[in-house]
Amino acid sequence: MSQQATALTAEQLRFSYGSQPALQGLDLEVAAGQTYALLGPNGSGKSTLFRLISTLAAMQQGSLQVFGHSVSTARSQVRSMLGVVFQSPSLDGKLTVRENIRCQAALYGLRGAQLSGRMDDVVAKLGLEERLDTPAEQLSGGLKRRVELAKGLLHRPRLLLMDEPSTGLDPAARLDMWHAVQQLRQSAELTVLFTTHLLEEADKADGIAILHQGRTVANGEPAELRGSLGGQVLSIQTEDIEDVLEWLRERTSQARRLERSIQVIGPEASELVAPLNGQFGNRIRSITLGQPSLEDVFVARTGHRFWKLSEENVEAETEPATQRPLRSAPPK
Amino acid sequence: MTNSSRLTDSETATHGDALACVGMLTKREWVRFFRQRNRVIGALGQPILFWLLFGTGMHSAFRGGDQDFMTYYLPGTLALILLFTAIFTTISIIEDRREGFLQNVLVAPVPRWTIAAGKILGGAAIAWAQAMLFLILACAVGSVALTWGLAGAVALMALAAVALTALGVFFAWPMDSTQGFHAIMNLVLMPLWLLSGAFFPIPAPQAEAGVGQIVMHWVMRCNPMSYVIGGLRRMLCEVPSSSSGEALPFWLPGLTVCWLVSAAFLVATLVAAWRSVSRPVQGDLR
Repeated sequence: MSQQATALTAEQLRFSYGSQPALQGLDLEVAAGQTYALLGPNGSGKSTLFRLISTLAAMQQGSLQVFGHSVSTARSQVRSMLGVVFQSPSLDGKLTVRENIRCQAALYGLRGAQLSGRMDDVVAKLGLEERLDTPAEQLSGGLKRRVELAKGLLHRPRLLLMDEPSTGLDPAARLDMWHAVQQLRQSAELTVLFTTHLLEEADKADGIAILHQGRTVANGEPAELRGSLGGQVLSIQTEDIEDVLEWLRERTSQARRLERSIQVIGPEASELVAPLNGQFGNRIRSITLGQPSLEDVFVARTGHRFWKLSEENVEAETEPATQRPLRSAPPK
Repeated sequence: MTNSSRLTDSETATHGDALACVGMLTKREWVRFFRQRNRVIGALGQPILFWLLFGTGMHSAFRGGDQDFMTYYLPGTLALILLFTAIFTTISIIEDRREGFLQNVLVAPVPRWTIAAGKILGGAAIAWAQAMLFLILACAVGSVALTWGLAGAVALMALAAVALTALGVFFAWPMDSTQGFHAIMNLVLMPLWLLSGAFFPIPAPQAEAGVGQIVMHWVMRCNPMSYVIGGLRRMLCEVPSSSSGEALPFWLPGLTVCWLVSAAFLVATLVAAWRSVSRPVQGDLR
């Protein structure tokens, strides 16, 4: 792939906070023009990667290039190509929306007619015309995020980085934000790279890299990742985990235990439903057969439950139960 | 490269862009100041309070020397206003970092010194304006004569405001809590002000002086604020010049020395602030 067509290349990236390793040889390639999700539970290294790309943290080991420019040697060029939307809002609450955007313009060397043109453009695209003279602290969470986007896009970056862009947004504001991002992508040649721990959000991206313990454990298109598991997913909830597991293991090598449930992934999964039901009947609480979700991909690649890792210190506003992809109803 | 390595930039931003950025950050400090009503009230109230206290209230209680109370304490009060206002405006760095504004500036393609320059100029201007307000009040009641020395004092106040704000930036940059900043600054600010001749004169190193007096003399003599206050005192008050041969009852550096030491203090604090902002900070990584 030529350098022009690659927005981001990371090779053998390593980073540690003191003796605490955060990235342990991470590889990643993002094609230009894509919307790409970095999916992983907290502590998987996605925020560290974000800091390295945004030049906030100094490189330690490995190589990281943005449109062919090294983050360690051509920091200024990289910075001018990046638009960054942080997880914590970077707006100055005491300034109005217009003043905040002007601040951003000064940081990126935009002045005069060029600035007013760009300002009208982003403000119109993000529907902020009515809010220009409102102090940023009086805006709702969704509007704040839209102003952040306006700031991040003012200098027409080639790569837009967003760190957990949905954090703190209600579902409507979340949809609104993604709608704005999609609109912007259509009108400009923009690559979007965002971190998330929401499976459904990652599912909407063109490409996903699943991170775990500072490494990329899987990457590709969402459908491709799910397809890589080679069939359907059978989940069994039962009191007699040991018995069922033993029975399954005589018939397939794909059965594995996940705390209080059993999972079988593979082409044979659907064929096991009827025999299972016949053998165990009422001892089984539920049998679910469905297409693999990204969570299943995560489990298959890491051997860990995604939410188990994520819930350890997940933000209060996320509700894991509602984020899981729906599966087909259990058979009787 | 290690985590603590210096973040050097190969610059692509032009000088014009960098200056525009400094201008914007300076302006932002002012806009923020005027939009926080309690800060404006505090800034206006402090000089008026000092003026009432020193100019009238304690006036009658002052017994000492030929100078009246107002005249003696004027340079020290100006320095107090400059010192505390200049340094405490730099708390905004810690707030900016916590609120995320600073991160956004740090990932922009502008050199890091522009951030320090914007903060220093903005904060220094606020401190200087506040001290000027007190000076104008002092002029209004006739404690200060309208002389060329007054113009010099105004310039020295501006120099000191910049130097002290830079000192604040140096301390505030790596800090992650305002409480920590208060604790450290009280440790630094109080001695800096108390041992500067603002509150009591610097003892002269006479032959018959005791050890304590000699130690105090040298401690105060090493304090850069002694020279800022010394300079202000020489320019605002009637002090016999050292060339007149008349020995002063206390130690007071000559005006040239005051300017030189103050200028050196300015250079030192600017370098310290610049070095401080060039280093990556753990707080950026949260």
